[in-house]
Amino acid sequence: MSKIQATFARLQTAGRKALIPFITAGDPDPALTPALMATLVEAGADIIELGVPFSDPMADGPTIQRASERALAKGVSLWQVLGMVETFRATDAVTPVVLMGYANPIEAMGVEAFAALAQHAGVDGVLIVDYPPEECAGFVDALTRHGLDPIFLLAPTSSEARIASVGEHAQGYVYYVSLKGVTGSGALDIGAVAARIPHIRASTGVPVGVGFGIRDANTARAIAEVADAVVVGSRIIEEIEKSEPENVCTRVHALVTELRRGIDAAGGKT
Amino acid sequence: MTQPTYDLPDARGHFGPYGGTFVAETLVAALDELNEAYAAARRDPAFVAEYEYELKHYVGRPSPIYHARRLSERLGGAQIYLKREDLNHTGAHKVNNCIGQAMLARRMGKPRVIAETGAGQHGVATATVAARYGMQCVVYMGAEDVRRQAANVYRMKLLGAEVRPVESGSKTLKDALNEAMRDWVTNISDTFYIIGTVAGPHPYPMMVRDFQTVIGRECLEQMPEHCGRQPDAVIACVGGGSNAIGIFHPYIPHENVRLIGVEAAGDGIDTGRHAASLTAGRPGVLHGNRTYLLQDDNGQIIETHSISAGLDYPGVGPEHAWLKDSGRAEYVTITDSEALAAFHDLCRLEGIIPALESSHALAYALKLAPTLSREKILLVNLSGRGDKDMHTVAEKSGLQF
Repeated sequence: MSKIQATFARLQTAGRKALIPFITAGDPDPALTPALMATLVEAGADIIELGVPFSDPMADGPTIQRASERALAKGVSLWQVLGMVETFRATDAVTPVVLMGYANPIEAMGVEAFAALAQHAGVDGVLIVDYPPEECAGFVDALTRHGLDPIFLLAPTSSEARIASVGEHAQGYVYYVSLKGVTGSGALDIGAVAARIPHIRASTGVPVGVGFGIRDANTARAIAEVADAVVVGSRIIEEIEKSEPENVCTRVHALVTELRRGIDAAGGKT
Repeated sequence: MTQPTYDLPDARGHFGPYGGTFVAETLVAALDELNEAYAAARRDPAFVAEYEYELKHYVGRPSPIYHARRLSERLGGAQIYLKREDLNHTGAHKVNNCIGQAMLARRMGKPRVIAETGAGQHGVATATVAARYGMQCVVYMGAEDVRRQAANVYRMKLLGAEVRPVESGSKTLKDALNEAMRDWVTNISDTFYIIGTVAGPHPYPMMVRDFQTVIGRECLEQMPEHCGRQPDAVIACVGGGSNAIGIFHPYIPHENVRLIGVEAAGDGIDTGRHAASLTAGRPGVLHGNRTYLLQDDNGQIIETHSISAGLDYPGVGPEHAWLKDSGRAEYVTITDSEALAAFHDLCRLEGIIPALESSHALAYALKLAPTLSREKILLVNLSGRGDKDMHTVAEKSGLQF
């Protein structure tokens, strides 16, 4: 059983939902990332999504793009991101880490080399935004051989056939994009999300995390009522943007604690 | 011996290892819808007939082929013929594609079109057809390009389009493309994204190619009328590669015709300041397809440079990547200063002001022609006119308006 599976199993037994915060590796500074990851866990994160910076993050909104640009300005490479995970692993052997990013930095490293190095660093899952299932057979194979969970996106526009095809490959969880748009977008229709989740869960056979547009404890709670996990990215990046290096961990801790409280206020089992 | 048939891409848009559909799940349904609509449209005789009518009466096709006699005479070698895409309505080949995609948008019931643009040529062509078909039009343009291309920004506004400056990344064409993709993901139900070149996810590289092959199909008919046979080589500039694929594609089965794509060497390949993806790049994934990219060791896309904004792109259409690897086409480079010299030569010797993009293709022909006998024939795709480049050329000559 992978660490991600074990995490969801443990939460289900406890009648709780997962909180999955996202930060971009190297933002605001590479030296702060392992400490920020530890902060996320202290404040109640169950799994961490760690963004690999890319020069052209097409599926992200302006907030996450700026985080990517800040990290790239400090010279952060995929190699260094793996180093950050390794540093974090020295202090936390339990919390699953999922790398999230775009295909090209991985192809530049080489798919096989990446999978081996990611396993060695202590990565648990990988979500590559621009690798839909039909374009990444070799990649999924490499991940699986190295004990890494391939994680995929599903969207409100995904057809039955695509949900099934994602279900064939997905392990760990699937990430359901809650609205039409990019990360950090506005309006979230919780009713529409709620209507889709049970079906996706049944078709894919893995837990469903929901992200895009979750900005506070209330929306986190509403999503936790219907999904297995709540993913929050842009809102946390905004908090990092507004912070100074001295208080960034304190501010992020406060925000994530608030989100945790919202999720735990949800009804529990669905 | 039978000729190998060439029927790429495959059903999922692959040209060998290149092309494909490398997009986030949020775009997949829209691309599926587009694939189906395009497949139906290209089989519909009414659609094809209307497209041809528009090309004839709105664009002014067929564009002529012109024998550049004085230029050829001076070079003392091969004869240079020009395919005059610069004489199209809006002044470049871009409109061939925009009309096709706008007709498709209308057929799909999408009242809003969006586009990305670098120098503004594709933006102007999109704004033009949006006006022609009564559609709402938003053009994304890097903030840096908005500043450099004020005249084209004004043209788009005159045509009723909204120009949105893009402040992210390097503030140039690739960032405009990222932003247009984001708009599309957000407004997918009423919006059609008119991509200007043979890049992006399937079906764009195939669809844009199909709309641009009118260039090469006309050449196949016109060349025998002019000189009794097909040319020895076809030469075209390559940024994303739409004018080149448009003239190359119908010639692919004609194995005796060399296909030569000319990339922008900018200040020189050795300087690192260039836009020659096929010559100096490595395969990778960007903007929905696998192709040759200019990237650093960590897989980050690097900024490009060319005097010609239309060639200033870090990727290239996946079919060119395949034509390069398969050896069917050759790819060479021309520097900024060589392109400028060719620009001036064509102005002075033939009374034609070429686009700086097209000047790259011309410059290579000027190098090649003197090495060949007078009986040889080079066909150069003069993909656009140079009126838009007045400021750039004047600046390089130390002049100001």
